[in-house]
Amino acid sequence: MNPKLKAATIFKDNCENFFFILPAFAIFCVFYIYPFMNMILLSFHEWPGIGPMRFIGLSNYTELMKDKLWWSSLWHAGYITLIALIFQNALAFALALACDREIRMKRFYRLVFFIPPVLSEVVVGLIWNWILNPEMQNGQYIGLLNHVLYASGFPQLVHNWLGDPKTALTTIAIVNSWKGFGWGFIMLLAGLQTIDRQLYEAAMIDGAGPWKTFTNVIIPLMLPVMLVVVILTILGCMQVFVLILSMVNEGLVNHTDVPVLRILSSMSATNRFGYACAEAVNFGMILVCISFITKKLSDKVKNA
Amino acid sequence: MTDRNDTLQKLAQEYKQETGIEVEVQLFAPSDAYSQKIIAAGQADALPEIYGVLDKKSIVSFFIKAGLVVDLTADMEADNARWQNSLFDKALADKRFDPGNSYDVKPGIYGVPIDVTNLQMLYNKKLLSKAGIAAPPKTYEEFIKDAQMLKRVGITPFVSGWGELWMLDCFASNYAFNIMGQDKVFDTFRGKVKYTDPDWIKVFSLFADMRDKGVFMDGIVTKGNKYAEQDFALERVAFAFNGSWCVNVYHDMNPNLDYGVIPPPPVSTAAYPLKIWGSAGSTFVVNGHSPNEDKAVAFLKWLTSRDQQVILSEETHNLPSNKEALAVISPVLGEFAKGMDQSTHPNVWPLNEDPLVSEALDRGIQAIIIGEKTPEQVALEVQKVKDDHEPKT
Repeated sequence: MNPKLKAATIFKDNCENFFFILPAFAIFCVFYIYPFMNMILLSFHEWPGIGPMRFIGLSNYTELMKDKLWWSSLWHAGYITLIALIFQNALAFALALACDREIRMKRFYRLVFFIPPVLSEVVVGLIWNWILNPEMQNGQYIGLLNHVLYASGFPQLVHNWLGDPKTALTTIAIVNSWKGFGWGFIMLLAGLQTIDRQLYEAAMIDGAGPWKTFTNVIIPLMLPVMLVVVILTILGCMQVFVLILSMVNEGLVNHTDVPVLRILSSMSATNRFGYACAEAVNFGMILVCISFITKKLSDKVKNA
Repeated sequence: MTDRNDTLQKLAQEYKQETGIEVEVQLFAPSDAYSQKIIAAGQADALPEIYGVLDKKSIVSFFIKAGLVVDLTADMEADNARWQNSLFDKALADKRFDPGNSYDVKPGIYGVPIDVTNLQMLYNKKLLSKAGIAAPPKTYEEFIKDAQMLKRVGITPFVSGWGELWMLDCFASNYAFNIMGQDKVFDTFRGKVKYTDPDWIKVFSLFADMRDKGVFMDGIVTKGNKYAEQDFALERVAFAFNGSWCVNVYHDMNPNLDYGVIPPPPVSTAAYPLKIWGSAGSTFVVNGHSPNEDKAVAFLKWLTSRDQQVILSEETHNLPSNKEALAVISPVLGEFAKGMDQSTHPNVWPLNEDPLVSEALDRGIQAIIIGEKTPEQVALEVQKVKDDHEPKT
C-alpha cells in the first residue's frame, strides 16, 4: 500500500476511534477530571463556600498534619474496617459455606441474609437506635437489647451502648458489620458455586476430610473472590458515615468521628471548604494507597 | 420548613386567584443539604426569585455583595414604615446590617421573616403534678430540686436534642449570658476574656451539676431533636429544651399533651438576665438578579400581612412574624411569644465566635455530660483551640 495512503488510513481509523469514545471521554472530563482538579486547586485556598477565594499555599495541609481530630477520625474508620474485615467477612464466609451445601430452605436463608445490605443506612440506624435505646419507661427498658438482657437475668450487662465512649464505636462497628455482611455473603457464595463439584469428590477419594478440603481446595480457589471482598470492605467501611449520623447524630464528643463526617463538618459547620478539600485529598490518597497495597498483595498471592 | 408546605402551596394558589401571578413553591430538607444547594445555586447564578439563606451572617454578606440579595429598606420604610413596623423587630434583625457592620455590607434590611421562633423549656404539667410539683421552677436551683423530686417517682427529668450541637450551644450560651452578661461573652469572642475565666467555669459546672444530680435523660448527647421531641410528646420526660416549632410537632405526635413553656430557669445568684435564642424562623430574601424583583417583593408583602400570617400560624403552629397576628395564636404559642422580649441570636450579635472554638466548646460540654472531663479541663482545651485560631468576625 502506498505509504501516504496507509498513513491516511491509520489517521482516519484513529479519528474514527476517537470519535466513538469522545462522548464518554467528554463526560469523564466534565464530571470526574474537572471536579477532581478543582478540588485539588481549592485545597490550596481559604474559601467559605461563596465569595472570593484566598490562596494560602500548603497551609491547609500543614494544619491537617497537626489536626488530632482528623487522625483520630481515620483511626476510628480503620477500627470499623478492621472489625468488618475480621467478623463481617468471617460471618459472610461461614454462611456462604453453609448455604453452598445441600441444606433445607437455603433459598430462604439467602434472601434473609441479603436483607440488611439492601436496607438504607438511615433505616438501619433507626432500627438499631430502637434496639439500643438506653431509656426506661414505667420501669421497663425501651430498647430491645437492654430489655432482653434485663429480662434474661443479666441486669449487670444493661448498658448505654451508644452513650459510653468505651462501647460506642464498637457498637457502631458491629451494626456496620451486620449491615454489610450480606454483600460479602452473596459474592462469596457466587464464588463457591463456581468451584467444580468434581474437585470435592476428588479430594474425598484422596482421603481429604472437611478441613483439608477447606484449606487445600476451597481457600486457594476462593482467594481472588476473597480479595475483591476485602478491597470492597475496606473502601466501603472507610467511607461509612450515614449509619453513624443516623445512630449518634453529630457524634459522641469526638469518639465516633470518621473522615467523611470531619469533611462534612469542615464544609457545613465551619464553612471551611478549602480545608474540607484538603481533608478529602488526603483521605483519597490514603484510600488509593490502601487499594494499591491490597492489589499488590493479591497479585503476589495469585502468583504464589 | 417542609412542614409548612401544604399551607404555603395553598397560599400561593390564593395569591394566583387574587393577582393572577403564579408562585411556585419548592421546599427542601434537611437544612444542611438546603444550605449547600443554595450556595451552589448562588455560584451558578441560578437562584430562584425568592429564597432563604440559612447560613451565618458572614455567608449572607457574600450573597449581598455578589448582588444576589435585594436591599428591601426602601420598601420597608415606605408608607411611614408600615411594613417594617408590622413585623417583629428582632426577626428583622436577622438579615439587617447596621451602619459600620463588620461585614462591610451597605446598611439595610435584606430579608423578610415569615415567622419567628425562640427556644425555651417545656414542662409536662401531668408529670410535674405526679411528682408533687405545684408550679414550674423559677430558678435553676428550683429546677434541680424539681428534677430530684421527679427522679424519686421514677420520672426522667430533662431531655433535649443535644446530638445536634447547635442546640447544646444555645442552652450553654443562655447561661453564659445569665452568669457573666453579654459584654463579657462578646469579650471572650474578641479574645479579651479567657475560657478559663471563673465565670466560664461556672457555666461548664452547671452541666457537671446537672449530670451529678441525674437531670439528663440517658443518651442525651447523641440524641437527635426528633427523638427528644418524641420522648417529650410520649410523656417519657418532664422537661424539654426545644424551639417554638415544637408546638406543631407535639400537636402531630400527641394532640392531648398538656404542657407549658418557661424560659430556662436562671441561676438565682447570677447578676445578669438570662437571654434565650430567638429570631426569625424562616426569612426570605429576593434575588437581586431576578427580572421579577418587584413582583417578588409584592408577594412577600402579601405573605407577611396580617391575614396570611394568621393562616400560617393557625395551620403550621408557628409564631407569626407579623405582630398584628399575635391576637389569634394559641395559648402555648402565646407563652413562646412572651419570650421574644428576652431573646437574642448569634445573627444579631456584633461578632460571633470562631466556629472551630464553638465546636470545641460544644464537644467539651458533651464530654462533661458523659463524665469524661471536668469543667476545668474543658475550659483549658477550649482556650487552647481559641489560642490556636485567629478570632473571626
